Amino acid sequence: MTGQFNNPALHSYLLRLADTSLTMGQRLAEWCGHGPYLEEDVALTNVSLDLIGHANIFYQLAAELHEHPITADDLAFLRDAHEYRNPIITELPKGDFAYTTLKQYFIDVFNVHLYQALSTSSYEPLALAAKKALMEVKYHRKRSEAWVERLSLSTEEAKTRSQKALFDLWFYTPELFETDAAMDELFVQGVIADYTEIKTIWHQQVEAHLQHCQLTLPESGWVATGGLQGEHSEHLGYMLAEMQFLQRAYPGCEW
Amino acid sequence: MYSQGLTDAKGQQEPAELLAAFQAKIDREEKIEPRDWMPDAYRKTLIRQMSQHAHSEIVGQLPEGNWITRAPTLNRKMILLAKVQDEAGHGLYIYSATETLGVTRDQLTDELLSGKAKYSSIFNYPTPSWADMGAIGWLVDGAAIMNQVPLCRASYGPYARSMVRICKEESFHQRQGYEIMTVLARGSKAQKDMAQRALNRTWWPALMMFGPSDKDSTHSAQSMKWKIKRFSNDELRQKFIDATVPQAEHLGLTIPDPELKLNPETGHYDHGPIDWDEFIQVLKGNGPCNKERLQARIDAHDKGAWVREAANVYQQKQQKREVA
Repeated sequence: MTGQFNNPALHSYLLRLADTSLTMGQRLAEWCGHGPYLEEDVALTNVSLDLIGHANIFYQLAAELHEHPITADDLAFLRDAHEYRNPIITELPKGDFAYTTLKQYFIDVFNVHLYQALSTSSYEPLALAAKKALMEVKYHRKRSEAWVERLSLSTEEAKTRSQKALFDLWFYTPELFETDAAMDELFVQGVIADYTEIKTIWHQQVEAHLQHCQLTLPESGWVATGGLQGEHSEHLGYMLAEMQFLQRAYPGCEW
Repeated sequence: MYSQGLTDAKGQQEPAELLAAFQAKIDREEKIEPRDWMPDAYRKTLIRQMSQHAHSEIVGQLPEGNWITRAPTLNRKMILLAKVQDEAGHGLYIYSATETLGVTRDQLTDELLSGKAKYSSIFNYPTPSWADMGAIGWLVDGAAIMNQVPLCRASYGPYARSMVRICKEESFHQRQGYEIMTVLARGSKAQKDMAQRALNRTWWPALMMFGPSDKDSTHSAQSMKWKIKRFSNDELRQKFIDATVPQAEHLGLTIPDPELKLNPETGHYDHGPIDWDEFIQVLKGNGPCNKERLQARIDAHDKGAWVREAANVYQQKQQKREVA
């Protein structure tokens, strides 16, 4: 499919992909220099680097569809919180290592299935980007899946922390699979993935792994929603204030 | 003979024939390998120097890590993240190389966190602006390269080999730092001021990275004989200044030393006096960021304790399962 220049739905979807990867990568980057040991410091930073790289590609694709000349950096650094379209889970604070790990695992499994589906997108630039990202997120998943198990089936403390992380995070996951009218239209056009299918397989695989790890799902909680419409938690504003500081304080400069 | 008078860990004289053969091997530019005999003092010197080097890489993650979440573009963020990750990788290589001398990484980490071991004084200075990312890459990594390139030929094999890869990466780091400075120096007035202030902050501490003046350097002579060191502190410092002054001129920035000028007779730049009192104070723990750098490492270690324990317990359980 070509001639997507006037496709605001695709532009907005690419921003959802980019914002999700960037906020996730930005949070993970906070571990750099502070990891539980050196090997993990390097690993966490590696995943962060991959995610920011994916964001960069999706922002570039989005920028190409823009009516006015605009750059990937403009999209990342000059939009306010209400214009960000990531699900709330990716903007949550990094928390402890169990919380970071479980959050990463949820996103990694989601990303594997998302990019697998997007790699057959009728919009070729998106299909190519998804293929590249897929190779990397498969490794991310392998790593976080192993860590969820390692933490849950080891010491009492690690298990307690993992269980708490699950209670705190579980009801942020339904938002990953939310779609809006524009996304439904893109799905009909063969541009994006079937989120219902991704949701089904995600639940099968994640719930089986959590059961294997002897973790219990919470029964009720606040079910997060709103990111797709620009309704976010309090955390995103602080993240953007920090991330966008230089571009905001010294507008129009080269860096 | 220079190797006479060396004693081993128990205070006994090292055997003369072994010492002579050891020194002859070094003189032939052959590498000493972990299983080879070596005098205890050589081993101790290497453990001290290599672990200080590894600690410096690890603590050195912090001043630059300070700007990862605030880097001004996606590319700068990725480059900085990759660079700081490289530093962690360098720490890993060098800790592993040090372990070949019969110490463990845990022991070395304990020494760092207890304040017993030293690391490069430069990392006890703050990085208040983005331009410090440029100045660190350009000057701190630049000075590190001057120090480390000769170490690729160090007599101890594992150290020399680890330095080959590290130097390649450091060379990228230095270029990216200079590139940050170039963009800032050609940018708005505010950006140029930012770059100048970072140069002012970093210049003297970067010169101190080469260590005390030759006349005050306690470990130099023996290390030269053992070919752990190839050039004196002052020689390397001079080489660094000579290389860096034209780079600053190219940027249109001013090195904060009114006495700095080219000496036509020697062909080298003469420089003003270095404030060695400041250097000694920072080494003693009284630099602007000593406490917070060490505390950040202690916090990371303490907060990671349950993770390391979980990983160990999990591994043991797996092994038991395999046996059963």
